[in-house]
Amino acid sequence: MFESGSILSLAVGLVVSGDPELWSIIALSLRVSLTAVALACLIGLPLGAFLAVVKFPGRGGLVALLNAFMGLPPVVVGLFVYLALSRSGPLGVLGLLYTPTAMIIAQTILVTPLIAALARQSMADLHGEYDEFFRSLGLSTRQTIGALIWDGRYSLSTAALAGFGRAIAEVGAVIIVGGNIEHVTRVMTTAIALETSKGDLALAMALGLILIAIALLVNVAVLSLNRTAKRLAYA
Amino acid sequence: MLKPPELTGNGASLATSLFPLVISDLTFGSRERTLIDNLTMTLDGRGITAVMGANGAGKSLLLRLLHGLLTPTSGTINWNGQQLDDDIRARQAMVFQRPTMLRRSAADNLAFALQGLPRSKRKHRVEELITEAKLEHAALTPARLLSGGEQQRLAIARARASEPELLFLDEPAASLDPIATHAVEDFVRDIHHDGIKVILVTHDVGQAKRLADDVLFLHRGRVIEQAPAEEFFKRPTSAAARAYLDGQLAI
Amino acid sequence: MKRLLTPLAALALVASAALPAQAEDPFIIVQSTTSTQNSGLLNYILPIFKKKSGIDVRVVAVGTGQAIKNAANGDGDVLLVHAKPAEEKFVADGQGVKRFDVMYNDFVIVGPKSDPAKVAGGKNAAAAFKAIADAKAPFASRGDDSGTHKAEKRHWKAAGVDIDKASGDWYRSTGSGMGATLNTAAGMNAYALTDRATWIAFKNKGELEIVVEGDPKLFNQYGVILVNPEKHKHVKVKEGQQFIDWLLSAEGQNAIRSFKVDGQQLFFPNAETAEKKKAG
Ligand SMILES: Nc1ncnc2c1ncn2[C@@H]1O[C@H](COP(=O)(O)OP(=O)(O)OP(=O)(O)O)[C@@H](O)[C@H]1O
Ligand SMILES: [Mg+2]
Repeated sequence: MFESGSILSLAVGLVVSGDPELWSIIALSLRVSLTAVALACLIGLPLGAFLAVVKFPGRGGLVALLNAFMGLPPVVVGLFVYLALSRSGPLGVLGLLYTPTAMIIAQTILVTPLIAALARQSMADLHGEYDEFFRSLGLSTRQTIGALIWDGRYSLSTAALAGFGRAIAEVGAVIIVGGNIEHVTRVMTTAIALETSKGDLALAMALGLILIAIALLVNVAVLSLNRTAKRLAYA
Repeated sequence: MLKPPELTGNGASLATSLFPLVISDLTFGSRERTLIDNLTMTLDGRGITAVMGANGAGKSLLLRLLHGLLTPTSGTINWNGQQLDDDIRARQAMVFQRPTMLRRSAADNLAFALQGLPRSKRKHRVEELITEAKLEHAALTPARLLSGGEQQRLAIARARASEPELLFLDEPAASLDPIATHAVEDFVRDIHHDGIKVILVTHDVGQAKRLADDVLFLHRGRVIEQAPAEEFFKRPTSAAARAYLDGQLAI
Repeated sequence: MKRLLTPLAALALVASAALPAQAEDPFIIVQSTTSTQNSGLLNYILPIFKKKSGIDVRVVAVGTGQAIKNAANGDGDVLLVHAKPAEEKFVADGQGVKRFDVMYNDFVIVGPKSDPAKVAGGKNAAAAFKAIADAKAPFASRGDDSGTHKAEKRHWKAAGVDIDKASGDWYRSTGSGMGATLNTAAGMNAYALTDRATWIAFKNKGELEIVVEGDPKLFNQYGVILVNPEKHKHVKVKEGQQFIDWLLSAEGQNAIRSFKVDGQQLFFPNAETAEKKKAG
C-alpha cells in the first residue's frame, strides 16, 4: 500500500511547496478554531469560575451536565447548529449556513462545556485557597471571579489548549454546517475526510501529519508565551 | 512599657466606634465537638489585646467568628450594639495564620487590597505600603517566592491597606527569625500608633509582654482569663494559664 | 483573563490575515453528490463556468438523499444529483421548479480478483447480484440512502434477494459515502456497486477490480433542478438558472464531455440542448 516514510516526505513536500491552497485551508482551520476557542473562553471561563464560587440549588446537577457535555459528539452539535441555521430553521434568515461563521458557532458550542468544566475544576481548587481571604476583603462575586481567573490564568490556558485541541481535530460538526466547500469552508479535517473518501489515504495521512504539527505549534506557542509573560510580569 | 495612645485614628472620623465588643453565650462546633464553648466577654477599643492559649484552644476560630468568616452555632456578637454586617467587616482586616499570597507580585498583592482607591492614587499608596513593610527590594517579586517573614510583612501591610479600625493578627511572627520578629513588632506598634485596635494571637510570651495591653487566655474554647497584661503575666489566676506560662519558661 | 485571550486573539487575527482576501463574487450553493466531486468533474467544469459568468459555485457534496433533504430545507439554490424517482418527487412536492437531464455515467460492480462468486466478465447486473447472494460472498453497501444505494436496492430486488435478512452477515451496510464504502470493500475484499467515475479516480483499490459492467440497467442518470423560490424566498433564481442553463448548453455539455481521467471519459452529456431540439 504505502510506507510511513513516503507519507512523511509527502507531508514535508506539501508544506515546502508552499501550495497556496494548502495554506488557505490551514489558515481557515486556525481562524475557525482559534476564534471558537476565544469565544468559548469568554463564556466558559467566567461560567466555570461562577460554578466554582457561587453555591445555589441545582449546582451539582449543572456541573454534572457540564461534565457530560465535555464528551458531546461533534456530529450532534453539527446537526443542532444545522437545524438552527438551515433556511427552514429559526435562524435561517441570517444565511449563515455553509459559512466559516457557522463553523465557528458549532465549534464554540462544542468546546465551551469542555473549557468551562476544566476551568471550574481549577477555579474550585484556587477558590478553596483564596475564599477566606476574599471574604475578609468583602469582595463581590464579580471581583472574586475576576481575581480567580486572573490568578489561575496559567492553568486556565491549559483548559483553552484542550479546547483548541478538540476544535481543530473535529470533523463531524464543521462538515455538516460548513459543507466542506472548496475555498470557502474547507478546513484540514474536512479535507482529510475528502481525501480519505477518494481513497487517497497517503495524502489524507500527510494532511493528518500537518494537522498534528499545527496543533503542536499552537501548543508550543501558547506555552512559551505563558512562560515569557510569567517572566516579564515579574522580571 | 508602651503607653496606649488615645484612640484618634480612622475610627474617630466615623460616626460610631466598633467598640465595645460584647460577646454573649457564643458557641461554635459540630455535632461531635464543641469548639467555642459558651463564651461571654466584653472588649473595649483601646490598646493591643493579646489572645493566648494552647494549640487547638480555639484562638483562630474566635478570630474567624469575630470577623464573620464563620457563623456561630448560637450566641451573639455585638459591635457597639450592632450585629456584624458587610459594613462592619469592611472596617476590620485580618492577617491569617497562614496568609494567602495571590499569584502576583508583592506590589500587586497590595494593589489588590486597594481596589476601592482610584487608580491614580493606588500606585502611590502601594509604594508607601511597600516602604512601610520594608519590601522595596522585592516589590516585583512574585509574592509566593518571598521568604516566610517577608510574606508575613506583606500580609500585614496588605491588611492595613484597607485602613481598618480593627486588625486581627493571627500569629504574625510565628516561625520568624528574631530580627524579622522585631520588624513585625515594630510594624504592629506603628499600626497601633495610628489608632488602630489590634487583636493579636501569639504563643510568644515575650512578644505579648512587649506589645499587649491586655490578655485573653483561651482554654478549650472558653475565655478563662481576661486581664491587663502586667497583671496576667505576674499573677495568672487559672491553673491552665499558669501551666501554659510555666511550659513556656521551661523551654 | 484579557491578557490570556490576547495571544489567542492575536493568533486568530494572524490566521485571518493569512487568508487570501475573499473576493465577494456572486455565488450559489449547489447541493450535489460525492461522485461528482470525488471524480474531479466539478473541479474541472466549475472554473470554466466561473470564467464565463463570474459566478462562484459552492458545492456541498453529500449523498443524494441528504442533498435532496438539504435542498428541501432551502439550504441550496440548485440540486445536482442522480436518483430520478426521488428527483421527480422533489419537483412534484413543489420543492423544485423543473428537472432536467444533464448527463449520465454508469455503475460498475467491483470485486476481489479471487472472485468467490464467479461473476467476473458478466454483463447482467441482476444475475451477478444473485450469484453474490448465493455464494454469500461479502458485499459492502453504501446504506446511506444515496443515489447509488437506491440503485443498488433496485438491483437486489431485480435479483430477488432479500438483503435485510443478510445484513450484518455477508452483506455489510457501511452507512457512509462512496469512498468510505470502497475503502471498506478494499479492506475486506468485498464486492460493491460504485459509479465508474468515483472508481476510476479512487486511489485505494487494493485487490479490487471491475467484475461486471455494460448492463444498460447500470446507467446512472444525473438531473439538475432549481430549488423552488416560491418555497424558499432567498433562492438565487437568476444565478442558479444561469448555472443550469449553462450546464444544459452546448458549451456546458462539451465541458462535461471533455473531462477525462486517465484518458477515459467519465460522464456522458445527454441534455436536450436547445441546439439538439432545433435539429430534432
Ligand atoms: N472549620 C472547622 N471545623 C471543625 N473543626 C475545626 C474547624 N476549625 C478549627 N477546628 C478545630 O477547632 C480547634 C481549635 O482550632 P483553632 O484553629 O482555633 O486553634 P488555635 O487555638 O488557633 O490553635 P493554634 O495555636 O495551633 O493555632 C482545633 O481542634 C481544630 O481542629
Ligand atoms: Mg491558630
